Amino acid sequence: MSEALRSGLRLVRRALSRPAPAVSVAYLMVLASAALLARPLGLDPLEEDVARMLEGPSWEHPFGTDELGRDILARAIFGARTSLTTAAGAVLLAAAIGVPMGLVAGFFGGWRDAVLMRLVDLLLALPGIMLALALIAVLGRSQAAALVAVGLTGVPTFARVARAQVLSLRRREFVLAVKAFGASPGYTLVRTVLPNAWSPILAQMIVLSSVAILLEAALAFLGVGIPPPTPSWGEMLRTGKEYLYDSPTYAVLPGLVLTLTILAFDTIGRALSAVLEGRDAPAGRPAGAAP
Amino acid sequence: MTPPVLSIRSLTVTFFGSGQPVPAVRGVDLDVGEGEVLGIVGESGSGKSVTALAAAGLLPATARIAGSILLAGEDVVGADASTLRRLRGRDIGVVFQDPSTTLNPLLQVGRQITEGEVAHGRIRPSEAGMRAVSLLRAVDMADPENRARQYPHQFSGGMRQRAVIAMAMAGRPKLIIADEPTTALDVTVQAQVLDLIARRQRETGAAVVLITHDLGVVAEVAHRVAVMYAGRIVETGPVREIFARPLHPYTAALLRSAPRIDAGEGRLDPIPGQPPTPSELPPGCSFRPRCAIGSGRDRCAMEDPPLRAVAVGHWSACHFADEVRRPAAPARASTDVIAVENRGDAPPLLAVDDLAVHFPIRAGLFRRVVRTVRAVDGVSLRIAPGETLGLVGESGCGKTTTGRAIMGLVRATGGAISFDGQRIDGLARGALRAVRRQMQYVFQDPFSSLNPMLTVGEAVAEPLRIHGLYDAMGGERWIATLFDMVGLSIKVANRLPREFSGGQKQRIGITRALALRPKLLILDEPVASLDVSIQAQIVNLLEDLQRELGLAYLFIAHDLSVVRHVSHRVAVMYLGRIVEEGPKDQLYRTPVHPYTQALLSAVPAADPEAAQIRRRIILEGEIPNPAAPPAGCHFHPRCFRATDRCATEAPRLEPHPGLASRRACHHAGPLAADAAVPRRQATV
Repeated sequence: MSEALRSGLRLVRRALSRPAPAVSVAYLMVLASAALLARPLGLDPLEEDVARMLEGPSWEHPFGTDELGRDILARAIFGARTSLTTAAGAVLLAAAIGVPMGLVAGFFGGWRDAVLMRLVDLLLALPGIMLALALIAVLGRSQAAALVAVGLTGVPTFARVARAQVLSLRRREFVLAVKAFGASPGYTLVRTVLPNAWSPILAQMIVLSSVAILLEAALAFLGVGIPPPTPSWGEMLRTGKEYLYDSPTYAVLPGLVLTLTILAFDTIGRALSAVLEGRDAPAGRPAGAAP
Repeated sequence: MTPPVLSIRSLTVTFFGSGQPVPAVRGVDLDVGEGEVLGIVGESGSGKSVTALAAAGLLPATARIAGSILLAGEDVVGADASTLRRLRGRDIGVVFQDPSTTLNPLLQVGRQITEGEVAHGRIRPSEAGMRAVSLLRAVDMADPENRARQYPHQFSGGMRQRAVIAMAMAGRPKLIIADEPTTALDVTVQAQVLDLIARRQRETGAAVVLITHDLGVVAEVAHRVAVMYAGRIVETGPVREIFARPLHPYTAALLRSAPRIDAGEGRLDPIPGQPPTPSELPPGCSFRPRCAIGSGRDRCAMEDPPLRAVAVGHWSACHFADEVRRPAAPARASTDVIAVENRGDAPPLLAVDDLAVHFPIRAGLFRRVVRTVRAVDGVSLRIAPGETLGLVGESGCGKTTTGRAIMGLVRATGGAISFDGQRIDGLARGALRAVRRQMQYVFQDPFSSLNPMLTVGEAVAEPLRIHGLYDAMGGERWIATLFDMVGLSIKVANRLPREFSGGQKQRIGITRALALRPKLLILDEPVASLDVSIQAQIVNLLEDLQRELGLAYLFIAHDLSVVRHVSHRVAVMYLGRIVEEGPKDQLYRTPVHPYTQALLSAVPAADPEAAQIRRRIILEGEIPNPAAPPAGCHFHPRCFRATDRCATEAPRLEPHPGLASRRACHHAGPLAADAAVPRRQATV
């Protein structure tokens, strides 16, 4: 197992050797540490100051205040907590359900494959946002509901990635070799196939993080996300929209961090896939065959 | 004397990749004259392919080339793109190793082989169709009119290679470069293709550079030989001289280490160590670390010996060329076939009766079974404890499927498999596990049969852990003993497979198979993907282990020389059935089935003298599709003794009168008996 970890680290290191993903990681680290350190630094997203509603940028409030006089910068930083934790939880949930589904479907084939993959098709057939809305209608508005709703939409992707990996690994001789020793299917799947399959799954987790953040923001924007007063970027955009004429700077910061965060995750995810597919190294091949 | 067609002087090729520069070719001089076949022999990484690709101007941009390459008087090294294109179109033809990737799958074969000539304006597009047909006819393609209109996927491997040869020779080039042209082909097809290259070469008078790792192929067709090692030519001379009196220790060692089809006894004499990687060459003579003559001599460690003339037309790069040991005359197989035969009476360790493995082919909306591939169709075998049964056959004959069915890796459709007196086919997984302790499998490809995520120590311990026997078998001490047994240091146990060479990985694969103390190893082409000098090491290791541990082997291979060397008994498979089976020496000396006879005669022997006098049976065609095998005897469409009876009635595997072997043939008999009128026999 340790080599599986090491190979994952090697992958990350190679992906980060390029400037764009490295900058993205730096940005995410700044965002995460700001979110972690916000309270010790004395920022409070809930402190209201009715005397100073919907103000523009000032020294005291660099990005202005909202309709209840709360500091927009503080709310955006606390919004990162909501976004990042919901996204991380959703992606982990999606992987925890999707990866075993894909592994079992690909490894055993037959009726298990048919049943599991039709389930996946069913999930795919429903638009993600519709599914999430329906779930929240059932579960009610809460962070947990948002997390589950976003997570379920990610299940098909993980199931498919894991299944594709298993299908190519299943015929490899080292998998056959373990079978020849008399290993049980469970052992083969967990100890032999999974460690060799998890690098693309890791890359998929990063890519899906950006999708999860976007979906979480969309739910909040539609008013079915995490209930107020917990700050979230989508919620800020939603209220910001209401005061577009009174305070045009309201929505600037939440929109900016949302865009940058999605861009950052996407850049890192793409770099990881590029390394996995061997597209990062300059390829030297013969110029072609003679006529 | 006419100037040589290809003249290479002090050629060096260095690859600049991501890491440090890698010197692949380090100072090569060679000449190839008109009508001459030069064989370049070497192990992987010796620089033989790079040298040839440099001559055709086909190296990638990461290669730096220095020195001069003159092709028909024109310099290739400094040539611009248009000159190169003209040279390639007019003066050079190239035949690559793998015919399945050389042809464009989306172009009709006829169009493809004339494409170059049309592009260079030598023929008009309207003439291309006619031209393609005549080119295919020149390479003995049956029904060339229709074949020219087909696509590469409709061709078999041998036919594709013929088409590639037709394409390479289309413009009557002055030089033909053939890079391992027969390595991907079966023995009987290899014989056809080598014959074709030799014939077309005589007809066109082209110079040929034939690159191969197979000493037999060189002995068969080359006039002169250049032996390459670590990026340099270490010896060059006329083919007979090289084989009879090699004057470089590497050549001599190579000849000694290869098992010979005409000699089955005695221990192989492997070259110790590994070929050096081009990025880490030893100082001085690069062969010194593996050389019996050079070890301990300062001069060899200090000074890289230049290539110097040692006889007329014979050059060697050795400081002590006159001390080179001659390869011993092949020890003729001993006539007393002792002990081995007696094993047949002991109760067999493995008994396979009428084994069948059928794969259904489904098609259509309702996934109906439209055809059945009879991969294994009634195979019976016996292996006694401590005995080696060699199972030989060409690709697609079902030998690997037989091995995997015995191991329980593919489900048997019919028949019975007993191990140590116990029926094991149809056992539930739990019960099968206990049997699997006794029986282990070694895979062909050491690169793909080890889990890249496990250290080799973990890999060897894995079967023990799966069976929950790690501590019971002695834990770390047993692992250390196992490593010691196969000649690996236990210090390497915490390294990963990718840090090992092919030969070392195969040692690890064998170690892993031994971990549970099995009684039987099923070895599926265990040396096929290894270099010649490494093959001998593994073969010797297997023989030692058999002696020490009393192991029985089912040795599955296509290489008849290796099989003769390791086996006690040999079974020959063709299209899912065993056609002949018997004690090794008898089967090799007096084969009675026509297929065995053709197979044995098709193997190129590493002996140019023998190649001159040997009668070779060249079979027509290739192995038919196992989904639609011929009726009656599967072999009858290619057989030189076939009669009407063979087309209707499948022969049974029965003892041959007067011999200890069994055969499945209506017209079995030693070859001499029908030497008078063999129907399709060519004498070379």
